[in-house]
Amino acid sequence: MNHILRRCGLRAVALALVASTVGCGGGGSGPPVLNWYAPPDNGAYQKLADRCSRASGGAYRVKVSVLPTDASGQREQLVRRLAAKDSSIDVMALDPVYVPEFAEAGFLRPFEPAEAAALTEGMLRSAVESSGWRNRLVAAPFRANTQLLWYRKSVAAAAGLDPSRPVGWDEVIAAAEKTRKTVAVPAKRYEGITVWVNGLVAGAGGAIVRDVEKGVDLEPTLQEGGSGKRAAEIMRRLGRSSAAPTNLATSIEDDTRTTFQSDTGGFMINWTYAHGAAAEAVAAGQLGREVLDDYGWARYPRTDPGKASRPPFGGIALGVSKYGGHSAAAVSAVRCAGTLENQITYMLESKETTAKAAAYDDPRVRAALPMADLIKESLDQAGPRPRTPYYNDVSASVQRIYHPPADVNPDTAPRDTDDLITGVLHDKVLL
Amino acid sequence: MSTVSTTDAAPGHRKPRGHKPRKQFDHAQRMRRTGLLLSAPAVTIMLLVAIAPLADAVWLSLFHKRLTTPDANSFAGLSNYWVVLKDPLWWTDVWTTLALTVATVSVEFVIGFGLAWLMQRALYLRRTLRTIVLIPYGIVTVVSAYAWRYAFDPSTGFVNDWFGTDIAWFDHRWSALFVIALSEIWKTTPFMSLLLLAGLIQVSPDVQEAARVDGAGPWQRLTRVTMPIMKQAILVALLFRTMDAFRIFDSVFVMTGGANNTETVSFLAYRQLVSRTALGLGSAISVLLFACVLLIAFLFIKLFRTDVSKLGSPS
Repeated sequence: MNHILRRCGLRAVALALVASTVGCGGGGSGPPVLNWYAPPDNGAYQKLADRCSRASGGAYRVKVSVLPTDASGQREQLVRRLAAKDSSIDVMALDPVYVPEFAEAGFLRPFEPAEAAALTEGMLRSAVESSGWRNRLVAAPFRANTQLLWYRKSVAAAAGLDPSRPVGWDEVIAAAEKTRKTVAVPAKRYEGITVWVNGLVAGAGGAIVRDVEKGVDLEPTLQEGGSGKRAAEIMRRLGRSSAAPTNLATSIEDDTRTTFQSDTGGFMINWTYAHGAAAEAVAAGQLGREVLDDYGWARYPRTDPGKASRPPFGGIALGVSKYGGHSAAAVSAVRCAGTLENQITYMLESKETTAKAAAYDDPRVRAALPMADLIKESLDQAGPRPRTPYYNDVSASVQRIYHPPADVNPDTAPRDTDDLITGVLHDKVLL
Repeated sequence: MSTVSTTDAAPGHRKPRGHKPRKQFDHAQRMRRTGLLLSAPAVTIMLLVAIAPLADAVWLSLFHKRLTTPDANSFAGLSNYWVVLKDPLWWTDVWTTLALTVATVSVEFVIGFGLAWLMQRALYLRRTLRTIVLIPYGIVTVVSAYAWRYAFDPSTGFVNDWFGTDIAWFDHRWSALFVIALSEIWKTTPFMSLLLLAGLIQVSPDVQEAARVDGAGPWQRLTRVTMPIMKQAILVALLFRTMDAFRIFDSVFVMTGGANNTETVSFLAYRQLVSRTALGLGSAISVLLFACVLLIAFLFIKLFRTDVSKLGSPS
């Protein structure tokens, strides 16, 4: 019996060895596979990856893996995996606000000067600045995004508001109140509310923090110059106004689009994709043509009537993992993604705006994005969010105090937020 | 398995007092060794999956440590525990968790008892009824939480339409907690009813009949006969659900993200550990959460004398 069992066992081992040899042969042949982690989209990433795979002439094949939908979820997954030195990540799409954190943690492979020169050529200044850390390019500019004031032309006309000239937050809220319509802003307690606070504070000439190079000893500055107070006043005013959508405090970007496109829609603060998404919805028969025709756009509203607004900056930078096994191929793929033609094609397919300045002058882009000049101007004058390795803590502190908008206290919110940021960074309080 | 005989000692040989015969002693030792060997794999797995992470969490909680700043870690002693315990946020979250636990477990007990009674008494379609009752429990908690969130969302939900209201349910603490509790009750009442049904089945119809003959009314039969008999099953059901409810996470994560003071202790631990990657503080909260769950188990087992091996058995 034992003899039979032993023989069977030997045969099984031999079979397993043969199978594994065949398996290794199958897996080892062909070009290396680059794992590119990106947020979910309408398929444009995959098309870009396929183009770059073909352009490599067989040097590599790009496989797109999908990250969670929201920026915080994307960061959480990448941080966990990279902290464990996960070698299955080669290229990652990063929200620019997390670039300093990833660079400081040593997760990113910095680009050599020659590579950096090629990767930043023709890119918008704001996108290049947000991709560097400690005087090195640690991520490649890819997508650049900003928020616009979207308005229903019919509502603005009824309210007597002329958005072709710079308009302020107070004017927008008053116009919505007058016409019994809404001002939809992504104001759930998530990254969206930090974007709003930062836009308001930057528009008042302030900043949330300074001296970011000091790490945990950076200085919170919401109390300085009254910018934090002014931001709180505007948020509270909208939160308590009849112009506030019912779901203001729980809305994300797509919720604001739903509100804006409904009968109560009047004004909306949203990223540049809103118009393209509405056009897609019309093409799919999910939205009436008249709603799209009623879409108007203007620069981000002013916090103070006398100061030009500083629109929010967002987008995506491409980082190459320090732990991936194919660094050279990954850099090559990132360069491929940043070429002008690929940026234009990706922009047209994804409806997301690019970091490549020249793309905004392309006739195809201008036909698809009638507001291309406004987007470029907004990106040029954008007010970026704090660039610190502790951005997540800074942002979460802002979210805790400045949410919900209706309950923000302008007299205490700036001081409370400054204190909270300091306490949190020094592990003195919970967040 | 052999039995040990003590009759094979030589006639006339006196056994030393208080000493087992050598053969019996050897056998007992062998049995003991076999028992240890048999339980070793299970004990090893327990050590690996339960004790080791717990010990690691306790160890981590003694440091200032972040995943993203590996060079800036330092020993903190017990200061992380002090930071947590003196922070009002911790106590707000503890009270929120307690409120949700008490509210959900109480309502689940009442409804669950009713459903268990119904399932036991149903003459027709008993299996169908049990299947229907169990459906919510079979749904993944995250999916159920999304369903409830969409139902109560002012822009996409139907609840406001049904009741002619215009309430932003998730904008205010108590209305948001109400929806969270509702979804938890809907989801886990079947579990409670299943545990109670196991106890209810043990109540003999003869005892009920005897009480009826003695003139006991329905309420008296319930409180004086049925519930005392199934006391252990009730306590086990309450213990399981209380420990489970105290760790509530998914519904809060999906519905409010902890906004408007709806954060629970588990969610607080998640935010420090996963979002902030503050391993020291997060581990301290996790250890405290574990202590709370341990306290709940202690209260049930020592104070109410719950015997978890008696589920479905009359006490």
